[in-house]
Amino acid sequence: MSDVSVRTPAVAWVRTEQAPVLAAPSTLVGPIAWVRTNLLGSIPSTVLTLVCAWLLFLLIPPMWKFLVTSATYTGAERTACLPNPGMCYPYLADNFQFFMYGFYPVIERWRPNFALILGMIGVVGALWPDFRYRGQFALYFLLVFPIIAFVLLYGGALGLAVVPTDQWGGVIVTLVVAVTGIVFSLPLGIALALGRRSKLPVVKFFSITFIEFWRGVPLVTVLFMASVMLPLFVPQAYSPDKLLRALVAVALFASAYMAEVVRGGLQAIPKGQTEGAQALGMPYWQTTAFIILPQALKLVIPGIVNTFIGLFKDTSLVFIVGLVDFLKAVDMSLVNPVWATPWTRYSGYFFASLFYFLCCWGMSLYSRNMEERLATGHKR
Amino acid sequence: MTLRIATFATAAILGLAVAQPASAQTLREITTRGQLVCGVSQGLAGFSNPDAQGRWTGLDVDVCRAIAAAIFDDPTKVRFVPLSSANRFTALQSREVDLLARNSTWTLSRDTQLGLDFTGINYYDGQAFMARRSLRLSSALELGGASVCIQTGTTTELNAADFFRANNLRFEPVVFATADETIKAYDSGRCDVFTTDASGLYAERLKLSAPNDHMVLPEIISKEPLGPVVRHGDNQFADLVRWVHFAMVTAEEIGVTQANVAAKAAEMRNAEVRRRNPDLARFVGADGTFGEMLGVTNDWAVRIIRHVGNYGESFERNVGERTPLGIRRGLNNLWTKGGLQYSPPIR
Repeated sequence: MSDVSVRTPAVAWVRTEQAPVLAAPSTLVGPIAWVRTNLLGSIPSTVLTLVCAWLLFLLIPPMWKFLVTSATYTGAERTACLPNPGMCYPYLADNFQFFMYGFYPVIERWRPNFALILGMIGVVGALWPDFRYRGQFALYFLLVFPIIAFVLLYGGALGLAVVPTDQWGGVIVTLVVAVTGIVFSLPLGIALALGRRSKLPVVKFFSITFIEFWRGVPLVTVLFMASVMLPLFVPQAYSPDKLLRALVAVALFASAYMAEVVRGGLQAIPKGQTEGAQALGMPYWQTTAFIILPQALKLVIPGIVNTFIGLFKDTSLVFIVGLVDFLKAVDMSLVNPVWATPWTRYSGYFFASLFYFLCCWGMSLYSRNMEERLATGHKR
Repeated sequence: MTLRIATFATAAILGLAVAQPASAQTLREITTRGQLVCGVSQGLAGFSNPDAQGRWTGLDVDVCRAIAAAIFDDPTKVRFVPLSSANRFTALQSREVDLLARNSTWTLSRDTQLGLDFTGINYYDGQAFMARRSLRLSSALELGGASVCIQTGTTTELNAADFFRANNLRFEPVVFATADETIKAYDSGRCDVFTTDASGLYAERLKLSAPNDHMVLPEIISKEPLGPVVRHGDNQFADLVRWVHFAMVTAEEIGVTQANVAAKAAEMRNAEVRRRNPDLARFVGADGTFGEMLGVTNDWAVRIIRHVGNYGESFERNVGERTPLGIRRGLNNLWTKGGLQYSPPIR
């Protein structure tokens, strides 16, 4: 036992430090591995990858050619763009103001700009996550801003000249219709959804009739009725403004859809939540406002944003009432003989689709972000 | 008995109330409102289309501006309402607009059945053919056996069939649903000839990849007289609209232009000059009370020409040969130069 004298043999070798960590084999990490697992993982996925690559190969070169190499970048009128079968950028630059403001008088165009800045401040302040004064900003955006925006855009107060709504156009009309629709449809939709689940027969009946009526009629028909039939029934002097007609139609239409989305959320809340709140002695309104709605609305964020995006795109239908929204302004600029070429239409529509895409994508990004932040308790 | 009298009185009062607006209401409404409301197209190159600054321009727009100039001495006092072809007449009937200057064809049924009145013709349009220059055609009568691109479901299709049948020519129609598809097919060589209204041909030609390789053949195979429309029954306003157009034509006839109208009007202060140029004196309002007869001021014609120009100037500025559209005067030239534009005398 005692002769356990540890003698280090001269030849023995003991590792005194950690062996260097080798990089994982390139078949498991890195771009090649990523391609192998994600793009070529199985036979169906390999086939799909090849098909997609083929499609991209077909699509991208002509798009690149149209957007970059064959495009026209400078010029003052159609003859500049005529020889180049690609985007006509000077046409977009020249008509940009028309796309934004339509027929809004040139010297008054600071007013919509200013309104837009005020609106952006409200939106950003209200939607910025973890911002201390979010509530105040939301109140400003929903209650104060509409009044300021109306005074700025329409005028007739504070020494601003009146700009009748038929001179509004382009992005102004698109945003006014979309924002009004969004701002009004959410509260109206919530009220209708609660009404539809109400135990009071009159309220319930009214809500059901309202929702089913507006969902049963195409928006185009509603707008068409408002523009063609209304003036025949109502004397011209009392006939409401065209933009107002469209705003009311769009807001009511959107709120019917919103109501069903919200109702979907309300259905998903277990009865126990209501009963628990009642057991604590909370009256109906408190139960609804503090227990049911916060949970229900959180559940239906995708549906709500879906409705908003649909509404935003539906604004392009207001051209039926004779309003010149963004898309109609693009359309109208196409007939301007100063810029008419075979490529003008493509340039205009490409720009329009880019605008709509960026707006809708922005909304969808925000909603995804919101969903993740609010996903408490239902995820592991 | 009493009852019957009362009924009669009510009917008479109602009758008066109804008859009243028919006489002179529109012009009064316009002056009180301080603005003319003019229905235009939703965009037709050269006739009514907004420019890049959002200002309406075009031959039809000039009609509205001229009326505003005659009433207010200010061509900007017009509100333009873009109307689709579906709701243009409803908009006029429902008093949403004071008049239509919206490339509407004057036909008997429209004039009698819709409660409307056409006040004149500011553009003689008609269906024509466009073909490649390389075909070296000089007349539509040489089109035997040609394939023709046509938009389907329009009178254009019927007119073309009539024309070819009447001239004993064979043709092959190639039809498309929209104007855009039609012109694109023609551009790509699907057919030899493209047909639609002449004004439309010139506008569509701009969308071809090589506009100068194509020409519009001289034959006009249908009648499409375009003119301003007012509501039936208000004859005073109809007269005004009618004579505003005539004033622009007269100005071209007697050589009054936007540039020289002020000088000509000033010259007329001299009694001797006035005696030697009676037509001009009546035109500028130095002689007679023609403006007052129309319900406006006597210098109405001077106002129109100063702000808008004569008919020829308006034509050249909006659709003429120096514009991208490059439409020749043709039927729209003065009657003295082989066209059809003719004004009754202002006297």
